[in-house]
Amino acid sequence: MRVEGKIALVTGGGSGLGEAMCVRLAQEGAVVVVTDINVESAERVAQSIGDRAIAMQQDVADEARWAAVLDDIVERYGQLDVLVNNAGIALVGTVEDTTLEDWRLTNSINLDAVFLGTREAIKIMKERGGSIINISSVEGIIGEQKIAAYNASKGGVRIFTKSAALHCCDQGYAIRVNSVHPGFIETPMVSGAIDTMGEIESEAFTTRIVGNIPMGHMGEPIDVANGVLYLASDESKYMTGSELVIDGGYIAR
Amino acid sequence: MSGFADLSGKVALVTGAAVGIGAACAKELAAAGAKLMLTDINAHGCEQLAGQLSEAGATAFAGAQDVTDEQQWQQTVTSTVEQCGGLDILVNNAGAYTGGLLVDNELEAVRKVHQINVESIFLGMKYAAQVMQPGGSAGRGGSIINLSSVAGLIGVPGHTAYGSTKGAVRLYTKHAAVEFGRLCYGIRVNSIHPGVIETAMGRMVFQDLVDIGVSENLEEAEQAILDMIPLGNIGAVEDIARMTRFLASDEASYCTGAEFVVDGGMTAG
Repeated sequence: MRVEGKIALVTGGGSGLGEAMCVRLAQEGAVVVVTDINVESAERVAQSIGDRAIAMQQDVADEARWAAVLDDIVERYGQLDVLVNNAGIALVGTVEDTTLEDWRLTNSINLDAVFLGTREAIKIMKERGGSIINISSVEGIIGEQKIAAYNASKGGVRIFTKSAALHCCDQGYAIRVNSVHPGFIETPMVSGAIDTMGEIESEAFTTRIVGNIPMGHMGEPIDVANGVLYLASDESKYMTGSELVIDGGYIAR
Repeated sequence: MSGFADLSGKVALVTGAAVGIGAACAKELAAAGAKLMLTDINAHGCEQLAGQLSEAGATAFAGAQDVTDEQQWQQTVTSTVEQCGGLDILVNNAGAYTGGLLVDNELEAVRKVHQINVESIFLGMKYAAQVMQPGGSAGRGGSIINLSSVAGLIGVPGHTAYGSTKGAVRLYTKHAAVEFGRLCYGIRVNSIHPGVIETAMGRMVFQDLVDIGVSENLEEAEQAILDMIPLGNIGAVEDIARMTRFLASDEASYCTGAEFVVDGGMTAG
């Protein structure tokens, strides 16, 4: 058991990557708090895991809710060892056709929430240490013309992670902070975003993207969950401020 | 760490396996259940380690190998496939360090370190991929792990020649990964970038800082290095070995062409 006895919070845990992370962490001995804005999906995931998981409703962009969720976790378990800031959205839009509303919504969920979660988790973790894992994207490292706001939010997560990692070191907290950069993975978020494009455009987009993946296929949620598990466990104890790219070679080209 | 990145049924070739990071990788991969071929220019050290691992129940062979010698690469890969029944994992770990100021470096020494650190990576990837690709004598695809360094990412005084080799390893990795992916070899290629790790080679860096006049003495050099590491400690060989194990395993099956930095935060800021 690689994360035996650790208490882990996974946001956006009700589907896609988050669901796979919850299952994988629980398999290796963690107790998983599954949060999602859609509480039914979180409950479904928690129930499928069984005794090692509980579900909570959480809108990650809500500052007050972060404090409440973490208070609840500390009350139940007395600690938090792993935070996976996974919740995120992808809205399709170029720089020209993105509304300020969509831009702000994207950044509030993908970036503001990562800041809030990291800040609040550090308060709890600083005494006994922990691992904070921020889910960025390959789209936080390279550009993609169709998702301007998503690019900006994920790029922010990448460098914010390093800033937080260095701060924790400076303060002598045994908290590691790293980012994970999935490429194109078969998830409801990715297919949902592609579906909003309309048939002809979505087909062209998929052909272009998949054609650009050197491995020739999209990844599976488990591929990302395994990376998260590695960062959550003490196996990665010398890693902080680092990036785990899991993309089938997408940004190497 | 039960269940971590199981490698049973897989065959791994580790170069530079007699000491340091290479030896730690050998132990870690053996613990994960891989069959091993361990090579080093110091054959004796390898044989000892292979003996220890075999006594502990692993399957480990040892061989002498100068990684700059093309013929020896061919022989090593061939005998790995024959003795171990395949080849799934290549850890291109063997390497050398040369320091000194750029204005003082001799061409011969610079060429030599490129030969050991870069040409070896080329030869290793070439001969391993020939047998690992579909239709090759091993034919199961697999994972190639090239040891680069943080010196392949950032500039450090006294590290120009070494850094040049490690920068080359970083991009050699990406090009090979993309090419192998496009050609459907089923071979993933990634680089690991250790920070300062507690090894004999790591210690040479301290001495070099003294030699080039950046630090007064070894103690001061060590402190200067520690000051560059946010986590505040020098890394252990096992930290790199565990990353190697992760990348070698199917847990990393969607990772290719990527760089894995294990440096205590050294390059984060």
